[in-house]
Amino acid sequence: MGFARVIHPHTLPLLADTRANPIATPSLFLGSTRTLRHTLTHTRSISSAQRRSVVAAKVSDVKLKPTTNLLVTKEEGLEVYEDMILGRVFEDMCAQMYYRGKMFGFVHLYNGQEAVSSGFIKLLKKEDSVVSTYRDHVHALSKGVPARAVMSELFGKTTGCCRGQGGSMHMFSAEHNVLGGFAFIGEGIPVATGAAFTSKYKREVLKEADCDHVTLAFFGDGTANNGQFFECLNMAALWKLPIIFVVENNLWAIGMSHLRATSDPEIWKKGPAFGMPGVHVDGMDVLKVREVAKEAIGRARRGEGPTLVECETYRFRGHSLADPDELRDPDEKARYAARDPITQFKKYLIENKLASEAELKAIEKKIDEVVEDSVEFADESPAPSRSQLLENVFADPRGFGIGPDGRYRCEDPKFTEGTAQV
Amino acid sequence: MGHHTNLLSYRRRLFQPSPAGDRKLISIYHSRPLFSVNSNLFCLIDESMWGIIRQNVGVTGGLSSQGLGNHMMRLRPVASAMRSYSSATKEMTVRDALNSALDEEMAADPNVFVMGEEVGEYQGAYKITKGLLDKYGPERVVDTPITEAGFAGIGVGAAYHGLRPVIEFMTFNFSMQAIDHVINSAAKSNYMSAGQINVPIVFRGPNGPAAGVGAQHSQCYGAWYGSVPGLKVLVPYSSEDARGLLKAAIRDPDPVVFLENELLYGESFPVSAEALDSSFCLPIGKAKIEREGKDITITAFSKMVGYALKAAEILEKDGINAEVINLRSIRPLDRATINASVRKTNRLVTVEEGFPQHGIGAEICASVVEDSFGYLDAPVERIAGADVPTPYAANLERMAFPQIEDIVRAAKRACYRSVPMSATA
Repeated sequence: MGFARVIHPHTLPLLADTRANPIATPSLFLGSTRTLRHTLTHTRSISSAQRRSVVAAKVSDVKLKPTTNLLVTKEEGLEVYEDMILGRVFEDMCAQMYYRGKMFGFVHLYNGQEAVSSGFIKLLKKEDSVVSTYRDHVHALSKGVPARAVMSELFGKTTGCCRGQGGSMHMFSAEHNVLGGFAFIGEGIPVATGAAFTSKYKREVLKEADCDHVTLAFFGDGTANNGQFFECLNMAALWKLPIIFVVENNLWAIGMSHLRATSDPEIWKKGPAFGMPGVHVDGMDVLKVREVAKEAIGRARRGEGPTLVECETYRFRGHSLADPDELRDPDEKARYAARDPITQFKKYLIENKLASEAELKAIEKKIDEVVEDSVEFADESPAPSRSQLLENVFADPRGFGIGPDGRYRCEDPKFTEGTAQV
Repeated sequence: MGHHTNLLSYRRRLFQPSPAGDRKLISIYHSRPLFSVNSNLFCLIDESMWGIIRQNVGVTGGLSSQGLGNHMMRLRPVASAMRSYSSATKEMTVRDALNSALDEEMAADPNVFVMGEEVGEYQGAYKITKGLLDKYGPERVVDTPITEAGFAGIGVGAAYHGLRPVIEFMTFNFSMQAIDHVINSAAKSNYMSAGQINVPIVFRGPNGPAAGVGAQHSQCYGAWYGSVPGLKVLVPYSSEDARGLLKAAIRDPDPVVFLENELLYGESFPVSAEALDSSFCLPIGKAKIEREGKDITITAFSKMVGYALKAAEILEKDGINAEVINLRSIRPLDRATINASVRKTNRLVTVEEGFPQHGIGAEICASVVEDSFGYLDAPVERIAGADVPTPYAANLERMAFPQIEDIVRAAKRACYRSVPMSATA
């Protein structure tokens, strides 16, 4: 399972970690430059073909769980497991529906990356915000948007979370604080930084003293080369915004390998360059991700500023359902398939007696039903009516201006007939 | 002349349309109209002022940064009698108008904040945000690094959560670095989220050419932003426009692109007391008829309104009575007012500083052809900037943008009184 976080030496298999001895180094928090410099020289020697998961940061030693050595309780474990299963089954169903023609356009599936979504989002409160890219179905589901709403949205029906107007790439939910769903990579990062800015503004200017909402920005390895990413790393660190930049490094941007596209492939290093901790974590292991997430979120809530977390993960399917996925090496795919996060976590739960086989099977069955129900619901939902075409362009409907009769266009009873008059 | 009317008979018009009375007033000053009264809008006409004060201001030809307003209303009360009347028209530069509007909106709503380059300690690159940092502090007047895409997106993210950012672009040319956020994450979000998330953000800054700033600092973005559904695009001309429209923009729940003009910042215009009131707002999407006429309609926005008014004066001497429409709002475009005007005058000249292809004039022309084709007596004349990147040399730059004589010539062409194409002035 790779190199373990050494804070819980009894629970996870511990392989020789010659990288850094947490006992010896002082308890500096994530990504202190001293620690990073130490790991830097060592990780350089790893060839690109043998990238192993390494936790390049340490945690101060005071964070041991008081009662048990395990990383999760049974309830938490089952919750996380259910979430990951929901993500996997839902995405598989999306693929089926796409090939049956019920779903169309661009659909980007999240298979294989569930550990990142569940690991992070299950630690959030309802008021915390999540901003994602086009690969956003599972982020929305983890944050609490009902599967029915997401499936209907994908089918383009009016009962979808965005009434069919957004689609696969634009999942918005004001209720659950899912702020999109953006097709342009990197576009979500400044928006997420703005949401974090709001949290700070509310605390400092509007004097809502207990406002400690954090924001998570999810994006990929390709985005880590984009200008907006760097602009936001700078401003988030400058103003100490409560945001966590989560890089889902799945090594491929459509067909462009991360190693071909990036001068220095270790994305976590970009954090300290801007004055924030940068952490690299094994994104196929939900527990490791969860531990790192807890610290990063805690840091942000306390007002200590942003964190950059690079999760090394992998997408089992192509970039989208239209991607023939010919460029990736089948051996690489097999290697990561063997590290399927769901199988690993299931094994952990069973081995540590947190759940029995039967309980987990029951969860899987329940999720199957949930997803099938969502498909039925979406199927039976009506398509948007014609009048919906002109709705919601503006929050203030007078934004369509004045008609030939001198009155506001929106006051005309025939306004939303869907003609191109406007 | 009998312009020394009784000052006590002067009345201030408060929101009430009184077209008959207004036109009667205007007709006295037919030869030198400053602005006409549109029944929808608030104006203060102080007839007494015009009679008493006569300023001999030299009219400079060619590219002049002095607006018509300056010529007419450089009011320095001569008689002490003037000072005692509270009906005295106040003058305000566009810069002060914007500053006061921002100040008042920030005071009224703690959710409003300003963000941009040099808005804080530098007091604003063009001093529009002067004094705001001292008053509201660095959390509400945020100096940013040079990261247009970053801070425009931050503004959008803050607006998603209900704050009301006013994002300043040092010029709208720099907005091209952030145009993804203006359009994709601001304009389209209310639609994509089916109304769940609206974006009450204002993007403001100078637009269009200044003087000698070169090709990369001189483009007009009205046409680009005006074509995007989900945005509102406003183009103030006078100080009253600036105040009213900026306040309306800040209060508006939708993303607004507020295109100012650098050369207008220093110009003074008279403002009514209504405009000075802190709850003064102008409606978005309604154009203003600056000067009423019956022979030809000239539409313009921003600085070109001043040029159009001057051109109208010149045309008057040739017996062409021009109606000048100040668009005030590119999106939504006030097609109703434009079409009504064209149906009255039957001829149209559109003026803009932007590039000609796919410009504002093209849209107005199409709108008029669609709605009022039968009323047109002549083809629509479009005046726009030259179809070249802006040159630097002063004489070339003058040729690259519409001048008053261009407007006059086009108007005469539309009235079939053509003048040879070669420039005479």
